[in-house]
Amino acid sequence: MSEPDKSLFDLLAQRGVSRRGFLKFCATTASMLGLPPSMSSAVAEALTQAARRPSVIWLSFQECTGCTESLTRAYSPTIESLIFDAISLDYHHTLQAASGDAAEEARAQAMKANYGSYLLLVDGSIPLGEGGAYSTIAGHTNLSMLKEVAEGAAAVVSIGTCAAFGGLPMANPNPTGAVSVKDIVQDKPVMNVPGCPPIPNVIVGVVAHFLTFGALPELDALGRPKVFYGDTIHDRCYRRPFYDRGLFAKTFDDEGARNGWCLYELGCKGPTTYNACATLKWNGGTSFPIQSGHGCLGCSEPKFWDGGGFYTALSTPIQPVTGAAVTAALAGAAVGAAVAFGNQSTKGKAKAAHTKVTIDDLEKA
Amino acid sequence: MSASFERGMAAFREVMDSPIASFFSSCVHCGLCAEACLFYTETGDPKYTPIHKLDPLKRVWQQEYTLLGRLGALVGLSKPVTEKELEQWSELVYDSCTLCGRCSMVCPVGNDIAYMVRKMREGMSAAGVAPEGMIGATQRAVTLGSPMGVKLPALQAQIRAQEAETGLSIPMDVQGADYMVLLSSMEVMNFPEYIGALGKIFRQAGVSWTLSSKAFEATNSGIQIGASDIAAELVQRIVDAAEGLGVKTVISPECGHAFTAIRWEGPNLIGRPYRFEVKHILEVLEELRQAGRLRTQGCDERPLTFHDPCQIARRGGVIEQPRNLLKSVASDFREMEEHGAMNWCCGGGGGVSANDRAEELRLVAFKRKKGQVEALGVDTLVTACANCRIILEEGLEHYNMDVEVVGLTELVAEHLIEDDK
Amino acid sequence: MSAMDLLLWSRGPGLAIAVSIFAFGVVLRLFEIYSLGRKADLAKPRVNTKACAGATVWRRMLPDMHILRRSPITYVAGYLFHFGLFVVVFLYAPHIKLIESTLGLSWPALPSALVDLVAVLTLISLVVVLVNRITDPVKRLLSGFEDYLTWAVTLLPVLTGYMAYHHLMFPYQTMLALHILSVELLLVIFPFTKLMHAITLFISRWYNGDIAARKGVQS
Repeated sequence: MSEPDKSLFDLLAQRGVSRRGFLKFCATTASMLGLPPSMSSAVAEALTQAARRPSVIWLSFQECTGCTESLTRAYSPTIESLIFDAISLDYHHTLQAASGDAAEEARAQAMKANYGSYLLLVDGSIPLGEGGAYSTIAGHTNLSMLKEVAEGAAAVVSIGTCAAFGGLPMANPNPTGAVSVKDIVQDKPVMNVPGCPPIPNVIVGVVAHFLTFGALPELDALGRPKVFYGDTIHDRCYRRPFYDRGLFAKTFDDEGARNGWCLYELGCKGPTTYNACATLKWNGGTSFPIQSGHGCLGCSEPKFWDGGGFYTALSTPIQPVTGAAVTAALAGAAVGAAVAFGNQSTKGKAKAAHTKVTIDDLEKA
Repeated sequence: MSASFERGMAAFREVMDSPIASFFSSCVHCGLCAEACLFYTETGDPKYTPIHKLDPLKRVWQQEYTLLGRLGALVGLSKPVTEKELEQWSELVYDSCTLCGRCSMVCPVGNDIAYMVRKMREGMSAAGVAPEGMIGATQRAVTLGSPMGVKLPALQAQIRAQEAETGLSIPMDVQGADYMVLLSSMEVMNFPEYIGALGKIFRQAGVSWTLSSKAFEATNSGIQIGASDIAAELVQRIVDAAEGLGVKTVISPECGHAFTAIRWEGPNLIGRPYRFEVKHILEVLEELRQAGRLRTQGCDERPLTFHDPCQIARRGGVIEQPRNLLKSVASDFREMEEHGAMNWCCGGGGGVSANDRAEELRLVAFKRKKGQVEALGVDTLVTACANCRIILEEGLEHYNMDVEVVGLTELVAEHLIEDDK
Repeated sequence: MSAMDLLLWSRGPGLAIAVSIFAFGVVLRLFEIYSLGRKADLAKPRVNTKACAGATVWRRMLPDMHILRRSPITYVAGYLFHFGLFVVVFLYAPHIKLIESTLGLSWPALPSALVDLVAVLTLISLVVVLVNRITDPVKRLLSGFEDYLTWAVTLLPVLTGYMAYHHLMFPYQTMLALHILSVELLLVIFPFTKLMHAITLFISRWYNGDIAARKGVQS
């Protein structure tokens, strides 16, 4: 993992990244974070001092490793991945060389050495069902490990939708009783970086922010950094003009689809999804789902797996209403029949009580 | 709570039907009916808004015939209709509504408000809150045979006078005549020339007709006050007389509500269809004219207009006939801007003319008709309803207007080609 | 409860509950109305009334010109907001999609910018209608709690829809959820308030036309 005796810059140079390229990366990260250009040197400084920075512990619970993949398996080795190589990532199941007791020992050491100042990154949800037996590491349940590690952390970052909102494991019927990090950790600053997976630049960006300023960036109501999750995919989508003009693809191989029209009717969840896909894009800015012809799944939003079919339009009901409506109409008819009976009896009584009105009845009696 | 009030409330419950329920369900409180009502337009008082006049009836419907209303009443969310309220509403239901039905023509959701006021009067009259004047008229109609107290001898005297003037004999109780003619007491007392006019026209057209000594009065105070039992009794007299004489057709006179009573409500009141037809005199005259049996000569050259009686035009469907007849005898016939099915009421229909306490309001409401007449600059106002005629004359006199009111039948009679047989 | 929870509830159980109450209420109300019955009219009608009654149902969409002159605000603002509601509800793409998914019917949508403009006009006319209701003596006399309730419940879906579209006040998800919930509120109170006129006016216009047509008058 990290090599504490070397500076980040040395490491980068060793891998063929020039100082110029690094500074450019820092400037990009700064602008991504919405910082003024003058701050890029601060970012650079913070990052180059990586070797002396507090360590980072990455815990993986009920997850698919997609988030790690997103970060590390980009189409070419990226500066992002190198940064992670460089920082003192003291514990990461997938990436670390150590295993078994040695790995757990490394975690214990890092926690001890940096108690109160290390950054905790978590991917995956935490199962609470069956006493947490659905997922354990080295004999510890995810719950106990999270609680233990979170206690000494300066801040916690939930990487990916599973950690942030429970994600797939928590989807109906949630067999493992999965919950999100925030459901467990309530006495520490927790930042959510949702996405299935999150955009790698975003992961690095928020870590860089923490390293630069020693604090989490400004968060929205769902604990997401506003700078990346401030706009919906829909608002930033290059296909938005087609939506506004009412031009929609009706199937994936019709004229509209070929013309690149809006995918709203094909179930695109862009309007309700806050993320940076439409601007930062993926794979080094190559593309994002909508650009490749598929609607947004809304993966960075809570409960995206339960939000109705991926291919049904956002405005459609997520459960059929016809059956309920027909039942209710029948109930209405039944109650209506009872009321009708009552009405006829009321009217009938009035009619039965009617005695012929004579001229004498016109005067008040 | 008086026995009358109980009886009135029971009548409200009894008259409620699907149309009323749909009307109340549809009302969005837009207030447009007010703009169609001369009692509102001429006073500007919102309480004369037609749908507001039905408020107690609406609440009875809500509280007794809707599930939500019943539940609401159970937990005390709605206040029941009180006797005092019915007394207060008496003015709105009787004095300020002539059942002209203009509001029913403009309601965007299609509410027939006049239909509902008519039904509401059933409860109001049973509750004993109808105006004294109308109660008196109804009592006279039942006991004396005419709301104005006109009895057979009075009619016979008028007939004799007309016979003397025209030199014709007016048939009475002729078995098997084609037509049985009905009259209104107002015609008998105030416009007996109608009888002479009919005699002249029918003689020229060769119509076999008769009056009935048993039932000559066409007016029906029962439907005005809203007492169907009494109305039925009055209709029954006519039906018995007509079927007794075996006539083919009964002719309703120049009287608006009489036509509604005998033509539209009658069969429903007595519970069976008639064995004769009912036509309004204008329908008969127009039929004769079209058949070439009514021939006229010369034209009245005065500028004149026609006042549609509401119950004959809007609520009776006799709209084209008077115009055709008028055009055949008048050269300067001017149409009021709003006429025919959208005419403005004279202000005295629906029993208002028999309701003394409504007189002041009625004269204010007359400003609407006054404006219409003034806008045309005519000096003659033709109409086909004796009640309208009286109200128009009173109104014109009140506002010092020099306009003559003429009955259409008489005007036609004046232009008959005489002695051509 | 997060905004997404609220949105999912409104799109799922909320909608099912609202539509059920709506269907229950409408059927119940129709039973209430028709159960009161109508006596057969024994007077011989002048014409076969069916065509005239049908014509009345359509004719009442148009104003009487004299009444229009007397009460222009009622008509102009009234038409505008009804027309606006029609456009906004039935010609906006997401709404058509909703109808298609439940009823299987579909038709072309209007550009959303145009629908947006119509929504603004609808909101303005609804405000005019309210001010008119408060200031006009006739309307004020006729108005009660129900009138103001139905006004608010009619306004809310348009307002929240507009706000959701423009990302005003709350994040889109929250606003969209509020928008859907406001429509559900409308559905819930619809059968039990004067909003029911949208259905019963066909019945009342028919009766009105029928009653008049029997007498030979096209009402």
